[in-house]
Amino acid sequence: MTFETMPFARAMNAGLRRAMEENPRVMLMGEDIGKLGGVFRVTEHLQRDFGENRVLDTPLAEAGIVGSAIGLAMAGFRPVVEIQFDGFVFPAFDQITTQLAKLTNRHEGAIRMPVVIRIPYGGHIGAIEHHQESPEAYFAHTPGLRVVSPSTPNDAYWMIQDAIASDDPVIFMEPKSRYWQKGEVDTGHRAADLHATRVIRSGSDVTLVGHGAMVSVLLQAASIAEGEGISCEVVDLRSLSPIDYDPIIESVRSTGRMVWAQEAPGTTSLAGEIAATVAERAFYSLEAPVMRVTGFDVPFPPAKLESFYLPDADRVLEAVDRVLAF
Amino acid sequence: MRFIEPDGSFAPTPEAEPLREIVDALDDRALEQMYRDMAVTRAFDQQATMLQRQGQLALWPPSLGQEAAQVGSARAARPQDTIFPSYREHAVVKVRGVDLVSVLALMRSATHGGWDPTDPKNGNTRLYTLVLGTQVPHATGFAMGLGFDGRTATGDADKDEAVIVYYGDGAASEGDVHEAMVFAASYHTPQLFFLQNNHWAISVPVKTQAAAPLADRSAGYGIPTLRIDGNDVLASYAATRMYLDEARAGGGPRAIEAVTYRMGAHTTSDDPTKYRTKDEEAAWARRDPIARMRAFLENRGAGSEFFADVDQEGEALAADVRTRIAAWPDPDPSSMFAHVYSEPHALVEQQAAWLAEYEASFEGGAA
Repeated sequence: MTFETMPFARAMNAGLRRAMEENPRVMLMGEDIGKLGGVFRVTEHLQRDFGENRVLDTPLAEAGIVGSAIGLAMAGFRPVVEIQFDGFVFPAFDQITTQLAKLTNRHEGAIRMPVVIRIPYGGHIGAIEHHQESPEAYFAHTPGLRVVSPSTPNDAYWMIQDAIASDDPVIFMEPKSRYWQKGEVDTGHRAADLHATRVIRSGSDVTLVGHGAMVSVLLQAASIAEGEGISCEVVDLRSLSPIDYDPIIESVRSTGRMVWAQEAPGTTSLAGEIAATVAERAFYSLEAPVMRVTGFDVPFPPAKLESFYLPDADRVLEAVDRVLAF
Repeated sequence: MRFIEPDGSFAPTPEAEPLREIVDALDDRALEQMYRDMAVTRAFDQQATMLQRQGQLALWPPSLGQEAAQVGSARAARPQDTIFPSYREHAVVKVRGVDLVSVLALMRSATHGGWDPTDPKNGNTRLYTLVLGTQVPHATGFAMGLGFDGRTATGDADKDEAVIVYYGDGAASEGDVHEAMVFAASYHTPQLFFLQNNHWAISVPVKTQAAAPLADRSAGYGIPTLRIDGNDVLASYAATRMYLDEARAGGGPRAIEAVTYRMGAHTTSDDPTKYRTKDEEAAWARRDPIARMRAFLENRGAGSEFFADVDQEGEALAADVRTRIAAWPDPDPSSMFAHVYSEPHALVEQQAAWLAEYEASFEGGAA
């Protein structure tokens, strides 16, 4: 049997380990990822087992980390960078958007940029400012990057390996509140492609779509709705760029209604892009406009207020009621 | 640190004496080659400025005045070394073998790149980088990789690899440069930080970038640093040769501040008369690196035949690139989609197909 139950963070660790075992060019870089094993212990014991040349405790400088990772990729390595928290990626934003994302294009295909940027993101952990944000839209907006976010330990295990195997730069958004959630990992069999959207619960009345930590909120909402006689289909986006629309469109054609949920502020985010595309592609199937449940257009609030800010099952259900009212 | 005075006389300063044997090892042919590189690049550079005025280029950043810093350092690098330029290193990329018409194509905005750094004919010259300072951590990461792969510090100077990264006094204020130095010092990279202090970041003088000598900065990170007369090609050659060889031998990173002067405008869009004086420009004109090397070579007996030959080579290069860039084809619209990703990407492919179909829908085949 190849099934094993483990928390999300350990599945990440196992996926990284396997990628490092399979390809000696894979190396990890980041702050506190070596001896400490990362602040979330995602890289625990990897420096001990692979050495200091493959797991680098770097200086505390995000632009320097991503910039030198780019140089290492030019020298034939496959660097996997850990950004310690979502709100700390911005010092590296220039290197990611003006360099990493554009280098293959600038070189007219002469070089590849197999760099993975891992970013623990999102709220629900009661942390202080800059530690609970969802900056995925900045990267999804940037041509040249791929952006993915696993929601389960099994996806964490496989998607990190697939991201590392990609010859394109991948922004790997890890829903940090899920790090401790256990789930079954099938280490023998890959369930889906890196960029595949997946229907994870079938239903007939409303399609609920989200990614990362929102997926469990959507499942919770679907199960509450079921008790009220409303059948919700739940779709895990998994890939934020590119987006695999077909399963969403197919679902919406059958339900006629869709609710999108995300933690990030709504303005100019994935929410609008996906709602517009669904409207374009499934207009005659829709019984109601696509409703968007998002964070408010405010800075992520102090954690004592996060329960008011973050979409939860009740807010999703409120939107479900609205689409059903059309 | 200087070997040749502005009047062309050979008079090593005390700081230059320890490097004397590096210069003494250069024969007439090597010395004349450096002059040739500088003068031919200048002919090209001046042609490029005119091409911009004629509408052939979107922009031109002249290398005028910085030829000695560039040629000396580029000639000091060994074939196996990797060069990370900024965007004004026309003499450097020429010395390394890049076809200069590629640089014109870049400044024509017919491409964002221009050459393939992985093609051996380009001398391991990476592409120009336009966001100031961003190439500096790339060079450091590349040099880290040389260390991890054992491509350096084996004791064989003809095989051990090293890296030069070029940047300017303006870029020296960018955080990326500082972070790259932190990494270089920590990972003991085989790398030379080559700073061309040309005194002006567009309109802002170096005194606004730095209250203390820029050379103090790299030194502050624990990186041995030399401040040289950047208009003396031999100073640039000797300092670079010594430092690159120390770095490739496992000595860790090194830095050079080459004090030079941007004799031209920042780019063809700039107007230096708004922010600097004619007196200042005249003072630096008297320190012209090419006139200095010419006087030095004349003192050694180089004849007018040699200089005429160099002039002819410069004119021939200018004529050649002028002809080729005027005939440069616009890229095919489909090319903008071709290399956004290395692996298949449905959205980009759909958009490429849509544009092709849209363009084909017009009478005559194009909008």
